[in-house]
Amino acid sequence: MSKLKYALFTGCTAKQSTPELLSSTLAVAQKLGIEITILEEASCCGASHLQDFDEFLAHVLNARNICYAEKLGLTMITICNTCQLNSAMTKHALDTDPELKARVNEKLAEVGLEYKGTSEIKHFLYCLIDEYGLENIKEKVKVPLSHFNIAPFYGCHNIRPSELHHNANGGENPYNPTSLDQLIEALEGNPVNYDHKNKCCGFHVELQANHTSEVLAGNAMVDAIDNNADLMVTPCPLCHLKMDTYQDDIGHVIGRDVELPVLHMPQMVALALGCTEKEIGLNFHVQKATHLYSETA
Amino acid sequence: MSDTRKVTLKTFRFNAETDYLPYYKHYELEVGKDELMLDLLNRIKWEHDGSFSYRRSCRHGICGACGIKVNGKATLACKQNALELVELFGDELLIEPQSKKRVVKDMIIDKKDFWDKHAEVKPYVVAEIDPHPEHETKQSIEEFNKFLDADLCIQCGSCHYACPAVEVNEDFLGPAAFTAAYRFTVDTRDEAGKERLELTSQMGPGVWDCVKCYECAEACPKEINPIEKITKLHNMQFEQGVAVPNVATRHAEGFLRGMKKYGLLDEADIVSYSEGYLGMYKHLKTALKMLKAGKIHWHSGVPFINSVPKIKHLDEVQKLIKISQTNKL
Repeated sequence: MSKLKYALFTGCTAKQSTPELLSSTLAVAQKLGIEITILEEASCCGASHLQDFDEFLAHVLNARNICYAEKLGLTMITICNTCQLNSAMTKHALDTDPELKARVNEKLAEVGLEYKGTSEIKHFLYCLIDEYGLENIKEKVKVPLSHFNIAPFYGCHNIRPSELHHNANGGENPYNPTSLDQLIEALEGNPVNYDHKNKCCGFHVELQANHTSEVLAGNAMVDAIDNNADLMVTPCPLCHLKMDTYQDDIGHVIGRDVELPVLHMPQMVALALGCTEKEIGLNFHVQKATHLYSETA
Repeated sequence: MSDTRKVTLKTFRFNAETDYLPYYKHYELEVGKDELMLDLLNRIKWEHDGSFSYRRSCRHGICGACGIKVNGKATLACKQNALELVELFGDELLIEPQSKKRVVKDMIIDKKDFWDKHAEVKPYVVAEIDPHPEHETKQSIEEFNKFLDADLCIQCGSCHYACPAVEVNEDFLGPAAFTAAYRFTVDTRDEAGKERLELTSQMGPGVWDCVKCYECAEACPKEINPIEKITKLHNMQFEQGVAVPNVATRHAEGFLRGMKKYGLLDEADIVSYSEGYLGMYKHLKTALKMLKAGKIHWHSGVPFINSVPKIKHLDEVQKLIKISQTNKL
C-alpha cells in the first residue's frame, strides 16, 4: 500500500477544549504510517451556526479552507462531524452552482486564492476504514479491546444527509450505520447494539434549548448503558463534549444516574494500537476515563 | 435466482379504544421484487387480519396519507419498494406508525399537532385580491425559482415525526411547517412574510430550536430538504431585521468575534457573549469540571488574555469577513 497523505482540518475544538482529540489523531496516524499535514491556515467552519447568520460568508470561509488543501494537492480530512458536513456542504454547493462558485471566487481573489474543487473532503473515520482498511488496522492491534463493550455513537453530521456524504463515507446507511461497529470489531472490542446509536446528541441547542438538548443526549446514553456499554465512542468532538461534560445535568433531567466514559474515535484506536497514555489523553475527560488505559495495560 | 424473498413483518398493533398496551404481531410473506410497502400492508389486511389499520389513498406519492416508519426509517408506503428495505435492514422489517405516542389504531395516528402547526404559519398566499383583475398575476422564472422545491411538500408528516425536537418540545413548529413558512414568505404575491418570520423567530416554536440533525432531510420522500429552508429562514430573519438579540441569534452572529480575532471560534467567549455575563452562572458548574479536566484553562474567557491560537494568514479571514459579510444583528 502506498503511503496515505492527508491535509488535516483540525477544526476549533481539537485546538481548544479537546486537545486529546488532536494528540490521539496524530498518534494514530503516526502508528499507521499515515502522513498528516495540519492546515494551519484553516479557519472555523461556522459549526452550522455562522451559516444561520450569513450563509454566503460561511461558504466563502469554508471555500478558503479547501483552497489550502487544494494547494497541497491532498484530500482534506476532518476529525469533527460538523466540520465534515459544513465543508462538504460548501464543496457541494460550489461544485453544483457555477454562479455561486463565481461569486465566492470573486471574494477569494481579493486574498489571492481560487477555489477549484479538486480536493475531496473525508472524515478520518472513513479514511481509516475505506482507505487504510480494516484488515490492515487489525494487523496493527497491540492491545485488543476484547474486554470492553463499546457503544458506537455516530453523530448526525457524518451520516445525514446521506445524499451529500455518499461519496465520502463508504455509502453508510444513516438508519443502520456500521462503520464504527466494524472498527470496534477490528480492534477486537465488542460493539454494543442500541437504538439510539444514530440519533442526535442535542449539542447544537445546548444554549437556547437546554431541556431538548439534555433529553436527546440522555436518551442515547441511557440506551447505551442499558445495553451494557462500558464506554461510548464517537467520531464527533461536539457529541463528546455534550455527552462527557454534561452527564450530571443529563442525569438530573432524565432522572437517572448517568456515568459513562465517552471516547473520541481516534482515542479508541490509539488505545488498541498501544499509543502512550499522554498521546491518548484520557485524563482530559470530565467523566473519569483513565481507568480504561490501565485496564488495557 | 428467485424474484421473491421470504420476509417477516413485525407490525405494531394498538387500538386506543380497547388496548391498554401496544403489542407486535408477526406475519411471514413471500415478497416480490416490484411490491411496495403499501402492497404488503394491503396483503396483511386482506389475507391475514382484516382489523389491521392504516391510512391509504392516492397510491401515487401525492396525498401523503400512508406515511409509516420501517425499522425507524420514515417511509411513504406507496412509494417505497419493499425489497429495497430488505436490502437495508435484512429480512425482518419492523412496521411502526410515524409516532407511537399519537396512535389511534395500528398505523393510524392523530396528526392534529401537525395540522395545527402547519396552519399556524398561514400556508397560503396572504394578499388583497382584486375581484375583477384586469390581467394575470405573473411571476418571473427567477421569482418562481426562489421557492426552491418547497412547493412540492405533500404534508405527509414524515419529516415532522422524524424530528427529535418535535418529540421533546411540543411547541416546536417542526420542519414541514417551516418549509411552508419559507415557501409563502418568498412568494412575491404574499404580504404576510414579516409575520411568518416573526413567528418562526420565536424561541420555543421557531427555527432556533432546530437541533440540526438532518433527520428531516433524510425522511422527506419528495427530497425537499426542509433544513435547507430552515437555514433560509434564519438568514431572512437577519436580512429583514426581524432577528432580535437573544441567546440564539447572538450565538450565531457571535462566531464572527472569535474568527475576526483568531480565525477560530473562541469557545469561552461565545458562551459569555451569547448568554451575557449574568447568564454565565448556569455554566459555572460545567466550566469548573472542564477546568479540572484541563479542557479549558483558567484564563479562558478573560478578555485581555488571548487564549486561542491564531491561524496562519489570519489577515485573509479578516479581509474576507469584511468584504463578504452580508448580514448583521
